[in-house]
Formats: sequence, C-alpha cells, structure tokens
Amino acid sequence: MNDMSEQKITLQAATNAAIDEIVTHYPVKEAALLPVLHKVQDDIGWLPLAAMDWVAERLDLPKVRVYGVTSFYTMFRREKLGRHRVEICTNISCSLMGAEHLRDHLSRKLGIRPGQTTADGRITLSEVECLGSCGTAPVMLVDDEFHENLDPVKVEKILADLEARDKEAGNNG
Amino acid sequence: MAEKVLTARFDVTDSHRLEGYRADGGYKALEKALAMKPEEVIEEVKKSGLRGRGGAGFPAGVKWSFVPKESEKPKYLCVNADEGEPGTFKDRYIMELDPHALIEGSAIAAYAFGSHAAYVYVRGEFKLPIARLEGALAEARKAGFIGKNIFDSDYDFEMWVQPGAGAYVCGEETALIESNEGHRGMPRLKPPFPAVVGLFGGPTVVNNVETLAYVPHIINRGAEWFASLGPEKNGGTKLFGVSGHVTKPGLYELPMGTPLREIIYDVCGGIREGHELKAVIPGGSSTPVLTPDEIDVNMDFDSLAKIGSMFGSGAIIVMDETTCMVRVIARLAKFYAHESCGQCTPCREGVPWIHKILERIEAGGGREGDIELLSDICDNIQGNTICPLGDACAMPVRGFIAKFKPEFEAHIKQGKCPIGPIPNPWNNH
Repeated sequence: MNDMSEQKITLQAATNAAIDEIVTHYPVKEAALLPVLHKVQDDIGWLPLAAMDWVAERLDLPKVRVYGVTSFYTMFRREKLGRHRVEICTNISCSLMGAEHLRDHLSRKLGIRPGQTTADGRITLSEVECLGSCGTAPVMLVDDEFHENLDPVKVEKILADLEARDKEAGNNG
Repeated sequence: MAEKVLTARFDVTDSHRLEGYRADGGYKALEKALAMKPEEVIEEVKKSGLRGRGGAGFPAGVKWSFVPKESEKPKYLCVNADEGEPGTFKDRYIMELDPHALIEGSAIAAYAFGSHAAYVYVRGEFKLPIARLEGALAEARKAGFIGKNIFDSDYDFEMWVQPGAGAYVCGEETALIESNEGHRGMPRLKPPFPAVVGLFGGPTVVNNVETLAYVPHIINRGAEWFASLGPEKNGGTKLFGVSGHVTKPGLYELPMGTPLREIIYDVCGGIREGHELKAVIPGGSSTPVLTPDEIDVNMDFDSLAKIGSMFGSGAIIVMDETTCMVRVIARLAKFYAHESCGQCTPCREGVPWIHKILERIEAGGGREGDIELLSDICDNIQGNTICPLGDACAMPVRGFIAKFKPEFEAHIKQGKCPIGPIPNPWNNH
C-alpha cells in the first residue's frame, strides 16, 4: 500500500492530548474513530498504514476495521499527495457557473490533470463533489480553506500566493 | 419585508460569540423550557407546525414524541449537519454565524424527549463551522448552559462535535448513526427506527441544524406566532439557498410558502442578463425539476408535493437556456454513482449504469431505446433499496426525462448535444 508500512509514527504532544480528550466523548472508544483519524491525518498529512495501525491500537480495534473505515470516506488520504491540495467542485451549481472551465484553466496552469500531482510534489489537483457553498459558486478548497466566487484571475492569484508562501518558507522543492 | 428569525443576527459583529447572543436574549428560551414539563415543550413544538428542514419535512414535535419515555439505554440527539445535498448551503451559515442558536435549540429538544447528550455530525470539509461550533460549545459549557444542573433544574446536558469525512450518504439518518459510532456510513434497515434503537442502541432523534435553530424562537414567542409565519401545516420561515443563473444567488430567509416566481424574480433579481429561464430544481439535486410554467408554485412541503416534485432542503437551482438538460442530469448521476455506499445491488449497479447511459447520450452515442432503458433501471431501483439514495438519483432522472423528453430525443437522433458545450463565462479573459 505504501512504503511506510514498517515504520512507526510519531505524533505531536498536542495531537495526543486532543485524542485523549476526544475519547471521553463516547460511551465506547470505537466511536472516536473518525475524529481520531482526522487528528492523526492533520498531524502527519496523510494516513499511511502505520498511522492506521496506530489508531487501531489506540482504540482497541482490529486493524481491518480501521482500514475499512478509512477507505470508505473520501477525506481520508491513504496516499501521500502534494504539499498543497487544490480541490475544485464541479457539481451542478458550480458547473452552471463555469467550474469546468476553471478546472481546465487550473490544469493548464499546473500542467497536470485532476488526480495528479505536479512533478515538484507541490500541488495535487482534484475534482470534488458538492462542497455546500453553492450560492458563492464556483468554489474550491485549497488545503481545507474555502475560496468562493472564483474566476480565472482569482484562481491565478491563489496559485501565485501559494507559490510566494512556499518560497518564503524555503520549501519550494 | 418579511420577518427574519434565523438570520436576524447574521449581520451582528461577532454574532457567533456568547456575549452578543446573551445580549440579544440568548438562552432565555432554554431557561423557560426547563421550567416547563418536557411534554409541554413537545406540545408547543407540535402546535408550531415546525417540520424537518433537512428534506423530509416530518413534524419535529411528533418525531420527539415517538421516543419511548422509559428506556434502559441512554437517549441521544444527533444533529444532522452533514449538508451534502447539491445546491444546499444553509446549515453552515447557522453554525458559522449563530452557533449558540443551534446549541440552545438542541438542549431544548434533548430536554423534551429525555436525552442528556447530543452529537453534531458536521461534514468534515466545514472547518470554519466546526471551529465556530466548538468555540461556542466551550463558551456555553463555561457559562453553565451545557453541563450539569443547568439553570438549577437538575437537568444535565452535554454536546459534542462529530466530524464526518466526505460521504454524502451519511446525511441519511441511519448512516449518520453508523458513522457517528465509528463505522462505514452504511444505512441500516428500518425498523427498528432510530427513535427506538439508534445511536449506541439507545432511542435517538436525528434533527437537521435549521430545524433545531428555530426551537428557541418557538419557545420564546410561542407556537401560534411561528405557525402564523407560513401556510397551514408549514409553519415558520425557511432558509432558501438559491444558486445558478440568477442575478443575485445567495441565502435568503423567507416565509414558508413564498411563491417560487417571487423568489427568482423579486428576491434574486431574475435570470442573469440577456438570458431566459429554462428549468428550476426546487429543493436540492434529488427533487424533480420544474419548467418555467410551473414556477407559480408556493415553496412549501405540501404545494410542491402536489405538483409532483419535492420541497427538499429548499435549495433552488436555477438554469437558463444555455443549459443542456442531459448534461445536468448526467452530472448529477455521476455524483450519486460516486456516493452510493455499495450496500444494495440496485443502487450500486443501477446508478452508475444510469450515469454511463446519460454520459453516452450527451457525448453523441445515444441509441434508440435508451430513454426506455433509463426508465426501466429507475423502476428497478426505486423502492428496492435500504435507503433513499438510489431513489434520490432515480427521481430527478425521471423528472428530467418527463419534462424535457424532446431534448433527450434530439441528442439521440442528432448524435450530438444540440445545446453545445457549457459557455465559458470568462471568454474575454
């Protein structure tokens, strides 16, 4: 599945503390599975096999239960994606407002198709289902942040800002 | 201008904070409700005519009254904040801009049917609504509006946020419960209904965010006032999310029963300049489409049912003459195919099949008999699955074919889309 299967994961103290608190919300620990997977993913960026195994142990669940749940939900990433995720909605309301043209514009700018990651590992582009923001369509998420009422100029600015931030952080690949 | 109930505080600075909510009379309804008998609270909500705003329109007070009084297992309230029906974008604003209204409404509801714990199942993509709600819960806990012995009433209530992770089917109440328990979101067979066996095996009520947010207002101002805002059996106002080809898309709070024509032309400024109305989806992507000669319908549960469509979540999607009906329903079928949980064969196999046929027709490969085949597949899905997701695809497919059959036939006959590609709104860019 991935090359981290033999490795152990290390979580930040804050993540561990958050998980300890989440578990107290339920009469049974297993109900914490989705929120705990979110916390682990937010910490390490995705859910390698080692992360799912860690969650299984933390919640006293069979590993297969965690794999099964993880694979059911689209927000859980079982593959390492680019450092940034650009997710554009093309469902009905966004489509009516030109989302497919924006998707193609993004594809051209990034040189990749939806589902692919740029060669430098910076950006993964994907086409997603309705994000519940139809009154401000077209809409996309960039690293979980909503960008609404988009047009090609705004999209280019968002990509430029992302690049500038990466350069400043010194991790532009 | 019609009275604002849920959106009255949306423009207030820091509307999500407890301080302002209290200054506007917040948590007084909870105090009042806790001094009433639980049955009296249920009776008041029944009388108000409040019907579920998630789509099904079931009377909220009646739903609460189904919960058995005595139960060995704890009772639960699950707040449905999964908001995934394409076109729908209302609950996120309540959680972002007035989260205390949801908390107060939830506490009153839970008290009414004897529950002491609630989970708000919020779709995982809603990071800001989740953060706002968690902030508000912390404020309410600190101030004693949730926790032990609220308002010295001996009533205890706790409430937590439960993030979803990107599965439309979890908006279905039993899938939501499964997911809340840490499982794949696969709907359960009913009976038993959640009111009897729900979350962690206990009696459970699943209510939509918007439904619960009305409850404090009903307790404060009375059932008669709420009922009088809308037509008979359709009490109150409604958050209408309007998207698509109108001049001013957005979220509007209007009385139940407001005519669709008025919403499109007066409230939203009509169809975008130089274009004309072709079709309207009245209540979210699962509801059968309407043609321009049907828009004098009143937007409430009963009026839309009467003309063969559904009120759904009040998500109005407006399309002008540049829109290809085959393309639209093909896109929606793609969504339902992606979201089928795979549990029932008719949905798992039938919905992707519908999608394939519609894409083929749109791409110019339509064959004689395709329309009949689509109808046959719908026949074999509807009523043959555990949950309504399959129906939610079949109903609009039937609707689009019934209302726009010549357009489907033209695609098949001409071997191409007669409308042409989606116009690029930024052509001059």
